[in-house]
Amino acid sequence: MAQEKQPARKKIESTGQMMKIMSEYFYDLNAAAASPTRKVAWCTSVGPAELLRAMGFAVHFPENHAAMLGATRMATELIPEANAIGYSPDICSYLTADIGAYRKGISPLSKAYPGIEGPPRPDVLVFNTNQCRDVQDWFSWYAREFDVPCIGITSPKNFTEVSEILVDDVSRQIEALIPTLEEVAGSRLDMERLRETVALSRECTELWRQVLETASATPSPLTFFDGTIHMGPAVVLRGTRQAVDYYRLLLAELEERIASGVGAVDDERYRIYWEGMPVWGRLRQHSEMFAGLRASVLVSTYCSSWIFPDFDPQDPIRSMARAYLSLFIVRSDAYKERYIKQMLEKFRIDGIIYHDAKTCPCNSNNRYGMPQRLENETGIPSLVISGDLNDLRCISDEQTRTNVEAFIEQLEESKRHA
Amino acid sequence: MAKPVYVGLDLGASRTKVVVLDSRATLLGHAVKKSGVDFAAAAAACLEDALRMADAGADDVAGAVATGYGRNNVAFITSRTRTEISCHARGCHHSFPEAITIIDIGGQDNKIIKLDAAGRRDSFKMNRKCAAGTGAFLEEMSARLDIPLEQMNEMARQATETIRLGSYCTVFSATEVLENIRRGKPVADIIKGIFYSMIKRVLEMDSLTEKVVLCGGVVAHNPYLVEMTEELIDRPVLLPNHPQLTGAIGASLFALEEADRCL
Repeated sequence: MAQEKQPARKKIESTGQMMKIMSEYFYDLNAAAASPTRKVAWCTSVGPAELLRAMGFAVHFPENHAAMLGATRMATELIPEANAIGYSPDICSYLTADIGAYRKGISPLSKAYPGIEGPPRPDVLVFNTNQCRDVQDWFSWYAREFDVPCIGITSPKNFTEVSEILVDDVSRQIEALIPTLEEVAGSRLDMERLRETVALSRECTELWRQVLETASATPSPLTFFDGTIHMGPAVVLRGTRQAVDYYRLLLAELEERIASGVGAVDDERYRIYWEGMPVWGRLRQHSEMFAGLRASVLVSTYCSSWIFPDFDPQDPIRSMARAYLSLFIVRSDAYKERYIKQMLEKFRIDGIIYHDAKTCPCNSNNRYGMPQRLENETGIPSLVISGDLNDLRCISDEQTRTNVEAFIEQLEESKRHA
Repeated sequence: MAKPVYVGLDLGASRTKVVVLDSRATLLGHAVKKSGVDFAAAAAACLEDALRMADAGADDVAGAVATGYGRNNVAFITSRTRTEISCHARGCHHSFPEAITIIDIGGQDNKIIKLDAAGRRDSFKMNRKCAAGTGAFLEEMSARLDIPLEQMNEMARQATETIRLGSYCTVFSATEVLENIRRGKPVADIIKGIFYSMIKRVLEMDSLTEKVVLCGGVVAHNPYLVEMTEELIDRPVLLPNHPQLTGAIGASLFALEEADRCL
């Protein structure tokens, strides 16, 4: 029977080091914004960060800030502020929370990092629509607000294979960004520095892949909920030595856990795949709920979105294009189904949970029959839970709990009859 | 212990149901009360009534399982819980041991649960956040029309037309009802439309395979809804002897089985 007990969640010791490098990152951003000689670029999370970093920009990621607004449960109060100026409650709640926070002059950074009032003022905004069109609208709003350039990549979507034609297209779009960025930066792009940055990004994301793949061990040494926190450096410090060093440390700790047979969830009995965004304001609650049911949510597409094996320092721009095109979210359903099936097998998954995020259709893969197709093909049961990444008004905790408990009871029944 | 009995408590959002079984799964006693604002008190009162009907005492209870929204509110009776999805499945399979699709229409939730012939669950779906298609929807409409719930079945039978209410949302459906009143539509036709809307919202949740079993308090008290469902899906539906008690019966069967396993 799916009987919940007091959860025992194991702390990851490396977290302290992660907090330190994240803190240094935010203070550096703050210093850059105050410096007359440094420039600040805002970038989407899978935008051309390598290019920006190589050109000396301090890089801020509004999606990271929005996730912090969600995790600190500030977002739901801020979203209506953006709704009131014409940004619908049905669009990306990262966008609405972030713009709402800006308009109200509120930021979780000010609480976490004394001395920082909020995100740094941008000199340029650079997007990539490989995740959704909303990021472009989001950045355009700030470009009007700050009267600074907003440039970016309009990515192709829904393709199965990353063809050379697509890589040509995105490469050209990346190259087209360079003159504007050079003008804002006041210096020319140094290709050698770009190669070094791409090499560091490659190394960082390769280590991140190894970190996530430790979850294939039984019991899994980390959960999806750990992953959403520890992916921070892969998102905001990709292309830096600090991120590489951090993931070496984290990987060593997780390998030690595997060697000692230590699982992230006590007495792991069910292995769950999470498809879609986390509910940032419910990370702890969900983590405890699953742990209490002896279910380890141990792998997700979301955390794996920062693995870029295509980065190649010998061919930086073209490999960046290929990496940004390889993102799961931008691919066809045929690709996504093939990918998920591989993950189900590799991580020996008992069940899939799809988070249908109300304001994030691009990251909700339950809406066009995929759960049914995958279930028919693999026999692995699935559950859809309704929610949202940031807007807690879209969430019914009781419905979520009943659905999840019933799903675990179903898995238990299957195991008993197996 | 004179005669061991097994108790299932279904603490629903609207009603609390308790059943008492003997060791051969024979229904000895049952009780239903409004859940109100105190789940624990409702459960205790229901338990007392059901045990009295079963001619049993608290000392005779050899196992108990709770289900429903308030399942965690009765730790003083039992710490054993199961979700209402599992309990409705178990209760319906007990009545119909074959492959079935269960439609449970509750006070706040609807569920469609698919079982194979062995009673194993293939899938389940619950309604999303809105109460359209639930007992709460019917209560809201009854209040809007100022017509007692118990009169709605007979009034619907007098209808000559079905007014179509299209919204997913209970509040917007109420607006549609008011619009039809304003346009002078017969109340009986509106009530038939309310029943039609309810069952449509439920049937939209999932496909129906195998034989269809209806259960839940709404079905128990609204036979017209059963007839309308049969008409809409163009096949007969199965109804357990106690549609409102299937969750509690499922819970008591789990209590019995778990006690067996402990022996």
